[in-house]
Parts: sequence; C-alpha cells; structure tokens
Amino acid sequence: MYRYDTYDQAIVDARVAEFRDQVARRIAGEMTDDQFKPLRLKNGLYLQLHAYMLRIAIPYGTINAKQLRVQAHIARKYDRGYGHFTTRQNIQFNWIRLEDAPDILAELAKVEMHAIQTSGESIRNISADQYAGAAADEVCDPRPWAELIRQYTTFHPEFSYLPRKFKIGLTASDNDRAAIKLHDVGLQIVRGADGETGFRVFVGGGMGRTPFVAHLIRDFLPAASICSYLEAILRVWNRHGRRDNIHKQRIKILVHDLGAQEFARQVEEEWATIQHLGDDIPLREYERIAAYFTPPPFEEGLSDELDLSDPRFAAWVERNVDAHKQPGYAIATISLKPVGGIPGDVSADQIDLLADLAEKYSFDDLRPTHAQNVVLPHVRKADLYAIWQALDAAGLATANLDLISDIIACPGLDYCSLANTRSIPLAQKLTERFADPARQLDIGELKLKISGCINACGHHHAGHIGVLGVDRKGTENFQLLFGGSGAEDASLGKIIGPGFSEDGVVDAIERAVEKYRDLRTDGERFLDTYRRVGSDPFKEAIYG
Amino acid sequence: MVEAAIPDNLRFRDDEPADEPGVSLDAFLDQPNAVSVRIEGGDDVRRLGPALDRLKLVEVDFPRFRDGRGYSSARILREMGYTGELKAVGDVLVDQLLFMRRCGFDSFGPDQALDIDVAQRALTEYDFVYQQAADGRVPVWKLRHG
Amino acid sequence: MKLLTGNHLVNGYVIWWTGEGWSRHVEQAAEVGDKGEQIAQVETAACRVNNPYIVDAEPGPTGPVPNHIKERIRAIGPTVRPDLALKPADASAGSYVI
Repeated sequence: MYRYDTYDQAIVDARVAEFRDQVARRIAGEMTDDQFKPLRLKNGLYLQLHAYMLRIAIPYGTINAKQLRVQAHIARKYDRGYGHFTTRQNIQFNWIRLEDAPDILAELAKVEMHAIQTSGESIRNISADQYAGAAADEVCDPRPWAELIRQYTTFHPEFSYLPRKFKIGLTASDNDRAAIKLHDVGLQIVRGADGETGFRVFVGGGMGRTPFVAHLIRDFLPAASICSYLEAILRVWNRHGRRDNIHKQRIKILVHDLGAQEFARQVEEEWATIQHLGDDIPLREYERIAAYFTPPPFEEGLSDELDLSDPRFAAWVERNVDAHKQPGYAIATISLKPVGGIPGDVSADQIDLLADLAEKYSFDDLRPTHAQNVVLPHVRKADLYAIWQALDAAGLATANLDLISDIIACPGLDYCSLANTRSIPLAQKLTERFADPARQLDIGELKLKISGCINACGHHHAGHIGVLGVDRKGTENFQLLFGGSGAEDASLGKIIGPGFSEDGVVDAIERAVEKYRDLRTDGERFLDTYRRVGSDPFKEAIYG
Repeated sequence: MVEAAIPDNLRFRDDEPADEPGVSLDAFLDQPNAVSVRIEGGDDVRRLGPALDRLKLVEVDFPRFRDGRGYSSARILREMGYTGELKAVGDVLVDQLLFMRRCGFDSFGPDQALDIDVAQRALTEYDFVYQQAADGRVPVWKLRHG
Repeated sequence: MKLLTGNHLVNGYVIWWTGEGWSRHVEQAAEVGDKGEQIAQVETAACRVNNPYIVDAEPGPTGPVPNHIKERIRAIGPTVRPDLALKPADASAGSYVI
C-alpha cells in the first residue's frame, strides 16, 4: 500500500498542529460553534447524540496491521472499547472528547492516518473496489489512481467550501463492487481502443432525500487528465450549485436541473479552458504511487484444493470466499454481521485479531467494504481453515456474505442526532427472524439495507429490500422499498406501500421473501423476481 | 515558499490601492473609466475578460464564509491573467486565509477584525501543498520529480 | 414542561440544565419555562454548553421524561448497548426510552 514520504507526513503533521490550535481557540471561547463547526467537520469530528464522534479515513478502503492496532488502541484509550466500520469504508468512534481529538489525530499521524475531510462540505474519502489487486476481472488496480486523486483533493484551496459534500467512487471492473453509480462522481477505469488507460466518468449519483443514478458524461477520459477534468466538474458545481437550500445543494441536483447533456457541455467547456494550464499530475507521479501497489510476492504453484470436510468451514468458504486471480489464493470476506449483532461494529480485541490475520495471512492488507464487512484480499487457500478457526473463536465467522442477514444499517437513532428511528434493533430482529442458515441459503443473495432517516447513510435506496425510518407523529415508523441495486445495474428502490411498526416491517419482509420463493424461477434472486413481476404480487402478499 | 510576517492591513501588495470602491459587474462593464469592480457570488467573472487591462481592484464578496463561490472567481481571474488587486471581503475568517491566498487573493477586508497572530499562524502552518493553484507555490508532485 | 439540554463543550457529554448548573442526569433537569433561550445564550457565551436547545417533557416518577424518543435516548444511552448507558446497572432504563 502507499507509504507517506516526508512531504505527505509533513502535511498531515501540520494539519494536526493546525487543528490543535483551532480546538484550543474554541475551548477558550475565541470561536463560536458556528465558526468552529466546519473546521472540526473537516477533521471528521461530529457532535452526535451522546458525544463527539470521530470518523477516521481509511483511504479507498485499504488498511494495514499497524494502523489497525492503533484503531484498537484508540478504542481502548479514548473511547468505549469498540469501533464501527462505515458504509464509506471508514471507521468511526462514538464517544470522543473534543479535548482528546488533537492527541488522537497525532497518534494517527504517526501511522500515516488522518481524519481529513471525512465530514462536512468536503471532498470525502474516495471509495474503491474492495477486491482491488486481487480480482481477475479488473483492468488494473484502481488504488494508485485513488491515491493520486486523494492527494489532489486534499486541502484543495478552490474546493474547500463546496455547496455540499462530494463523494468519489472508483472501480476498474465491469462488476461494480464499489457502487460508483451512486456517487457524486463515479470513475470506471477502462482501456481505450489502443490499450491506453482512461476513465468512464459518471456524475450526479447519490442517495439521500433525492436519489439519483449517476449519468455517464464522458465515455473515455485519458487517465492523465483526471485531475483537470475533476476540477472542471467541481468548478461548474461550485459556481452554479444551489446555496439556498441545504437539501438541494448536492451536485446531483445541478445535474438533474440542467440535464446531463447541458451539465456535460459546461464541464467540457470549462475543461477546455483549464486543461492546458499544467495542473494535472504527471504520469511519472502516478508511476511513483503505482509502485506501492505492485502485486505482493505470491507463491507460485500452490494447490487450489481445499479440505471441506468440516461442514461449518465449508459453509463459510461457500459463502464468504471468492476466487483470486492468483492460483492457490482466495479472497475472504469477514462478516461483521453476526445474528443479533450490531452491523459493522468491532470490539478492540476483534480489531487486534483482524490485524493479526491481515499481517500473517494477507500480506498485511485488510479492506473494509461499503457493506460494513472487511476483506482479507490475498489469502492462500491452504491457510483458509486456520483463518476460519480464528474467526470462529472470535464470533467473526458468520457465513452470510450477501445473504439476507448481511444487513447494511446506519447507526440510527441510537447514535445519530439526524435519525428519525433506530435501525440497529430492526437489523437485530431481522437477523434473528432469518437466523436459520439453511433458510438464508435457500433465499440466496438478498441485499437488505436500513437507514434511520432520509439521509440514507444505510443506502436503503440501493437495497434489494430497503427500509427507511420515518417519524410518524413522534413514533418510529418504517417504510419498505424494493428493487434497488448499487451494482453496475444500478437502480433505486420503490416504496411498496404504507409504513409499518418495527415488528410490522419484520413480518412484512418475511411475507415478501415467502412470495419471492413462490414466484421465483430457476436461479432468480429476490431482485430478479421483483424486476420481472413488479410490485403488485408483493403488495398483495404484504397488505392482503 | 512560506509567508514572512504578514502586513497589519492584510494587503499583500506594494502598489498604491485603487481609490475607487468596487461597482457592480454590470455597472463596471458599462463604465469604461471604472477601475474597481465588486463581484457577488453568482457573478460570472469571465465577463471581465475584455476589461482586464483597466481593472485595478476586484472585490469578491463572501456573504457567508461557507459560500465558497468566491474561491473559484478568484482563481479564474488569475488564470485569465489578472494581476491587479484581488480582495476578499465580507464574512472572511482567519481559518480561510490560506485557501484564499492560494486562490490568488492578495488583500482582505473582513467584516470582523482578525487576530493578526492567529492569521500569521494560519498562513504559515503548511510548508507543502498538494496542488498547483494561483499563488505560485510549487506542488509536492513537482518537488518529488524536479 | 420545558427542559434545556445540550452537550458539554469539552467532553461532548449530554447535559441538562438544573436551574443552577449542568448535570448529566435528566432527573435533575429543571423546568426553564420561557427563560430557556436566555439561559442558553449566557451559557453558550461562557462556553459551558455547546448547541443547547429546548426540549418538551412530562414529569415522571423519578424526574422529567422527554416527550421525544430521541431525547430519551440522549438521556440514557444507546438502547442497543445498555452496558454503555449512563447508569448501566439501572434496570428501569430500558423502559424509560420505549
């Protein structure tokens, strides 16, 4: 993975010193909360329901053992012994004291980490395919480009007071595991006709109050121009995005209001003006970064055979282990969704275990995913059993990747001051209702996503089944959506009908699942059946 | 390239200031003798292109510090070759000074007085920058490769 | 009744105005009537509270009970981690929120 040079380190260290000073000024009353808030948000520090919450960046979802151990240390020393992996591949802590935040950032800086621009109206953490460098279906590893763009968008002076937040997602595969079409800018790395590397550029995706699937505005952008092209996009939005209504300020609104074609025209016009100003980062810098992402020293000639005589191990392999491009290796997903558990939460001890496993078995490389699980990208098949045993002992061996109990849920009203409803108890009830592994396997792939409010941090619009919590006259109420997808076939879920109580929505989902089983043809997932037959049979089953 | 002690009046230029206050963009374009213009958030600064030669002062208003349109306005003007005074006015707080300098602002007229010591620290905190901008600072990628 | 609540500036804890100062315990929260805004301004300026606001509540057996579930969760702690509640040993905490 990328390693800081003295420049990167100096910048992060300066940031820590700057924030320490800003915190001191705030505590001394030299700044109001209104003045301080954007500054602390630019360092990932929210004021949440119970305390300050710190969101630490895990750039493009890649973290090593040393960095993980510092997260465990932060959990123990500064927090309440656990952390939470988010839907943007970051990690967050819920019980942080403002006075400790500068020290925490200083500890992070020592292991080349930070919380820069993880909140607020900033260019946020760039998310990427969690199988980068391991999957056979990628054109190249997207992460060197993600790192290059990360540096370019860090403390960008023109774009630090944007109309709203801005999220970039990257993939290098036609199989979109990073949900790029639901980002403000989605970039797919492709090869041009002559083998040249370039980007398909999508703009204007997003969830929240007004969800949209991103539009393709450029079919092929030469890779070397990515920074100037992003500048053109950002500048058009910075200048023309609305500033009058916080719910209408994302770039997706501007793209929608102008129309994708006009928006693209304005971007191209701006880009024509700036592309020759020399702001692009040259290819030799890309190559310097890419040198950190060369394949690890895989052993050659390893066997692909696996002893699957232990049925619980076999179930885990069947579900959570994917093919690796290198013979004898595999990609293993560690589920953070145990039955009755809190999606994405990990204790300090579990974080230490993840560090040990990454270090020992995966070339010191761990990948949080936007589905709130983590991936060991490069494991020898021969090591899978030992890994599984270690996970099993720690409650991390749930064999449920992409099954109905692999729920994405925002923290909800238990933690978040923006929420209308709690989401974690609902996730717990659902995993308990569908606990039977055989039943889950029979249902098959079903991506269930829960958001406690319209801000959609649980990505409910992109769920095959989505749940949205709403406040109905002071009580918690839940709307059910079907048919969303964050993959390359991106679509937005549709509300099925009137909302439910918490227990009611569990029953409704069960009825919908049973109706799917009634109607499905061979090989159809829930999503496929829904797309084929539409809402009516499900409405009938749910509402009678 | 790091700032030396910053001037008390927050004007980083040696020349004589323009002695006219800025008029609106439309008015400026209508008055061939005007030398100062005031840019509001929604104005298109590219309209100043034909008039750059006579332009001595551009005041860019920040009605609320979170409204970042002025940063683009400034940078576009410098990209167009404007070398006159570029002044950030309005809700300008000390923690925005560095970004503003990088976008090409060389003077400041904040609504609330700034603490000069804090401003000094804000402007000198970072020895290195990741991007090329309007201030001529060499970005890290250039330092890395010469 | 009207309560005044906010977060402690330095440690971020949820706090309630008691009439004389701030407490983490909602049982000690005082009725602020129509003085809430005024108190909020003074306390904010003195950096003794961050982001204060008024909350509707009803008197209860042990003290005020905020009307909205969000405020009750703030008062007690996350419902899914009773071990992290303000008073983890308090058996009645579970029935306070819901």
